[in-house]
Amino acid sequence: MSALDFVVLIGSMLGIAGYGIWQTRGRRDLNDYLKGGHTPWFAIGLSVMATQASSITFLSTPGQGYAGGLGFVQIYFGVPLALLVIAIFFLPLFRRLKVFTAYEYLGARFDTKTRLLGAALFLVQRGLGAGLTIYAPAIVLTTVFGWPLNLTIICSGLLVTAYTVAGGNDAVTVTQKYQIAIIFAGMAAAFGLLLHQLPAGLSFTDTLTLAGGFHKLNAVSFSPDPGERYTLWSGVLGGTFLMLSYFGTDQSQVQRYLSGESLRESRLGLMFNAICKIPMQFSILLLGVLIFVFYQFQPAPLFFNPASGPALANHGQGPQLRAYEEDFKSAHAVVQQQLANWAQARHAGDRTTASGAFAAAAAASRQGEQIRAAATQALAAAQPAATANDADYVFITFILRQLPHGIIGLLVAAFFAATFSSKAAELNALGSSTTIDFYRHLIRRDATDAACVRASKWFTAGWGCVAIGFALYAHLAENLIQAVNILGSIFYGVMLGLFVVAFFVKHVGGTAVFWAALAAQSLVFILYRELTISYLWYPLIGCAACVLLSLVLQAVLGKATLTENE
Amino acid sequence: MIKPAAPPDQPDQPDLPSFRSWRSVYLLVLASFVLWVGLLTLLTELFS
Repeated sequence: MSALDFVVLIGSMLGIAGYGIWQTRGRRDLNDYLKGGHTPWFAIGLSVMATQASSITFLSTPGQGYAGGLGFVQIYFGVPLALLVIAIFFLPLFRRLKVFTAYEYLGARFDTKTRLLGAALFLVQRGLGAGLTIYAPAIVLTTVFGWPLNLTIICSGLLVTAYTVAGGNDAVTVTQKYQIAIIFAGMAAAFGLLLHQLPAGLSFTDTLTLAGGFHKLNAVSFSPDPGERYTLWSGVLGGTFLMLSYFGTDQSQVQRYLSGESLRESRLGLMFNAICKIPMQFSILLLGVLIFVFYQFQPAPLFFNPASGPALANHGQGPQLRAYEEDFKSAHAVVQQQLANWAQARHAGDRTTASGAFAAAAAASRQGEQIRAAATQALAAAQPAATANDADYVFITFILRQLPHGIIGLLVAAFFAATFSSKAAELNALGSSTTIDFYRHLIRRDATDAACVRASKWFTAGWGCVAIGFALYAHLAENLIQAVNILGSIFYGVMLGLFVVAFFVKHVGGTAVFWAALAAQSLVFILYRELTISYLWYPLIGCAACVLLSLVLQAVLGKATLTENE
Repeated sequence: MIKPAAPPDQPDQPDLPSFRSWRSVYLLVLASFVLWVGLLTLLTELFS
């Protein structure tokens, strides 16, 4: 990165954080600090979007598009359906009860122990998730730029914690508007420059035909195989439950849309996301597909992760690495040559030659992928701790090698902006839930609003430190990224089950649903250990088990156990 | 059981041009969902 890139990066990050602190100075009212005030629907929509779209979305999703094509978009098919359910059923109740946290509603509907169970499930999985939000982009960016990992984690963690503590919910919303502007500006610049850098004679239809020929445009799969991770069915069914759990029961999202001035503002903010989410994710994946096409005409590296090659060489496999690189280069040269022939024949209307050239290119490409897979296997065998997910480095490698200075700084700023926007919302929610569900409810029931604001600031700062600590520790165990993503899916189903029973099964009381939730959570743990199905199904299974078991338990326990609410 | 603590928000209408009721907004969301799934299926069929 050049000096110009650093000016863009540091200037935008410090500027937004400073603006957030200045704009929200003097927030002392509990309602203002935790819920914010009078946020219009468009700002709520952007805030909900910015909270979900962390830097992992912008850094890794193009890599997913590059490696696996558009199929990943199906996970977002559940978003519009889930947000409709939340807007119609969840939101009016949350607003009518004027709750600060979603778990207060569980207390009002059931009892204290069920409320605390819901809050505890949220704190555990979101507390770990907040660490991941800092760690995941830091490991990629520091590997590429050679920055010290721990210093990057600490500096970025402290900056986001500082403005979240200072300004509370409003600081999160205010900064998210500018952060998402930087994100979209960066992604749009990358998209435009990428299209500009594709070979001159290649039309957009040629590009899509080429990508389709390499199976990168298989966006929708109707396969009934439950082992296939992304299909229309797992997206619509499993994805809806996953998104319903996330948007409906995760305080980091609930707090975003409850900041609306009225039910209308909150609802329209959610509907904005229901319409925009699929095209947004499609665009990011398409960017990855276009990078794939770009690298069919340009020299491509064996590993996109710059640390992988040296890691292999340092384990006494230098000659083997050079052999892999040579073989890969030869295979890739064939791909380049055959695709140039394909484009020429296609434009000349010679279908037979075009078809033959494409088949030869595809065969050479498969050979190249086999060499890459063998090299990755050799790397994993030589250094088991090394990260195997090379796709995470595709987009950042493209940015650094192909884009001009200034734009590089803008895109790195976009990654940090995405980190901050998600992390701030998570910290704000963790601090709010700890204050409202535990501190004011269990420790100091007579606490004044001012005392609660002070406590919330301390708790938010504490969670910031926990997240930084987790992120610092996380680099000792490289597979934590996948582990924590799966962890969220494991807990979300039961959390959703608690709310589904609360909303729709009126004759079930707190005792039945509490024990049913614990049993359902245990069942999900067992299934996770025993089955190898897509993690998208766990929210559905956890939710269904919680609902069914609570019905059975209530029938066994009888009406006498319908406990009083708080 | 739930005891509503406050009256519902007023007024509760989308108040958008061409969208006077929430039902019409929800239909727009569903229509956009169907449209996107249809377009993505078409893209898959055309280029696979």
